[in-house]
Amino acid sequence: MIRAIAMTLLSRGLLLVVVSVIAHAVVHLAPGEPSEVDPSNPRMKPEDVALIRAAFHLDEPLHVQYVYWMRDLLSGELRSFKDGEPVLDKIGERFMNSLPLFVCASVLIWTLSFPTGIHAALRRGSLLDRGSTVLAYALISIPGFFFAYLLILAVVNTLEVPVVGMRTFGLEEAGAWQRLMDRLWHLALPSMMSALVGIAVLSRYVRSQMVEVLHQDYVRTAHAKGLPRDVVVYRHALRNALLPAITMFGLLLPGLIGGSVIVEQIFAWPGIGRLGYEAILARDYPVVLTLNLFAAVLTIAGTALADLLYGLADPRVRGHAARGAP
Amino acid sequence: MTGYGTWQALRRDPAAMTSLAVLAVLVAIAAAGKLLTDVVPVLDPAQVRLVDKLRAPLSAPSPALEPTLEPALGIYLLGTDDLGRDVLARMLQGSVVSLSIGFVAMLIAISVGVLLGSVAGYFGERRIGPVTVDAVIMRFTDVMMCFPSFFLVLTVIALLPPDIHFIMVVLGLTGWMGVARFVRAEFLSLRERDFVLAARACGIGPARIIAFHLLPNAVGPVLVTATITVASAILTESALSFLGFGVQPPDATWGNILADGRAYVFDAPWLFFIPGTAIFVVVLAFNLLGEGVREASDPRLRRGAPGPGHG
Repeated sequence: MIRAIAMTLLSRGLLLVVVSVIAHAVVHLAPGEPSEVDPSNPRMKPEDVALIRAAFHLDEPLHVQYVYWMRDLLSGELRSFKDGEPVLDKIGERFMNSLPLFVCASVLIWTLSFPTGIHAALRRGSLLDRGSTVLAYALISIPGFFFAYLLILAVVNTLEVPVVGMRTFGLEEAGAWQRLMDRLWHLALPSMMSALVGIAVLSRYVRSQMVEVLHQDYVRTAHAKGLPRDVVVYRHALRNALLPAITMFGLLLPGLIGGSVIVEQIFAWPGIGRLGYEAILARDYPVVLTLNLFAAVLTIAGTALADLLYGLADPRVRGHAARGAP
Repeated sequence: MTGYGTWQALRRDPAAMTSLAVLAVLVAIAAAGKLLTDVVPVLDPAQVRLVDKLRAPLSAPSPALEPTLEPALGIYLLGTDDLGRDVLARMLQGSVVSLSIGFVAMLIAISVGVLLGSVAGYFGERRIGPVTVDAVIMRFTDVMMCFPSFFLVLTVIALLPPDIHFIMVVLGLTGWMGVARFVRAEFLSLRERDFVLAARACGIGPARIIAFHLLPNAVGPVLVTATITVASAILTESALSFLGFGVQPPDATWGNILADGRAYVFDAPWLFFIPGTAIFVVVLAFNLLGEGVREASDPRLRRGAPGPGHG
């Protein structure tokens, strides 16, 4: 087991290095530079541009730039092109803002998808099954920001609650209860928006897994020997249907992070998605690069965790460095 | 998998057939739109009519408008935008652009995915130095799956010069991983079967075996992925437009009409709801068609197949 974990960690570490190289190459090979952000600014003389390029090692070959980036990143010395703030502090601060969103969205995804998927699978072709199918496809198919605007219009007009930003200004003096409710109202819509696609995808996935498992011989056997339906469904079928769903844990994470760009932009939420957007606009290479790497690290950690859980949950793959089913 | 059985099963699926009909109509509209907007001067999507800005759908043009600029049919069927451009004409032009983004991105993603998946699945055991071909390709696939795709797309698109072709290519090159993994898995399980051995014994080359003996087994799932990829490419383009990195004006896509329309959600709601609904319907049609093909190509999932054993 320890050997398996060590192997997993080693291969993930290697993966991470490759990811960082590719992220670096992609960002630096694309045309456009930080020194070209403001070409129309008359105060930008060629000397200034050269100064900027030298300060950020932009004239060095690509692999040297990569080494500089890694050295600065690991020593915590990497600074933003834009304001000179340390990149890691910036990302850390914004990530703490995004974390409640990610956590709430994940909780919503995992608690809503399973009951929906299981019951849809049990009553294939029923009204519930068809309804949840149509709803899931509707949620996947609607442009996220279009739906968010509709939702905002509906909620603000009917419930008259604050939805934009992380908190209402001027409430610092209010009681703890009021402040808490304010924060929760601000959190509700964005986390729901982040969760919607995940709920749709995962509930469909759970449904198809359940349908597949319910066709297996051992389920028929369990029925045949007269076990109660709930025992068959939840003990015999669900356990096996659950396994592949664990790998979804790692796969839903990138969607959540990528989606945060849109969601945080709509709701003026100062999280990492907006940080990424602002950094891209300003061609703030260190931030963009590190953010891509950071998101990849989260994803790799998520899939590694999913693999470990898979090993714990399924005796058949215990001991192997298990890879999830495709 | 037999293609005929699949088609028979698909024909019995009302949702899939409706989707197919919607998409057929859409392709017809796009083709007609391409012709009309290019040929008919009153349907020029870039035609600015400042006297007639923000007209509601079905409203007549104002008397002050020059007679040569009068809209087709004498009314603005879908209204006009903030510059007095005919929304109908812009939606027609946008349908061509949006669909071609979806299809080109899909073709790129499927080609890359099928190519890499086939090579990894069929030639996987060959070695390049110390590592196998399969390991190289699949680890690269893993790496690509680690990036949150929208983040990567946004980064690359924002850094490249604004050009619709870059958007197609980038969307295609970030969407092939699922296909590659699937095709490889399918090939791994088929590679050792007797019919492949027989084909090889007949002296048939690997390219032919892959194309005519192995790939047909993966057609169903590849088709499913293809339809879903078109759908997600159209959605991603609209998300990029929302952030200001989509197809740049004056070219209209449904995505950037929608993104521009959000400023007028109160004053001219049709600018927001028409493109939004259009994208929703089309993407939904692609997704439902994909689901229909998935169910039809998998005999165990076909409607009317015996359900689970309880009452």
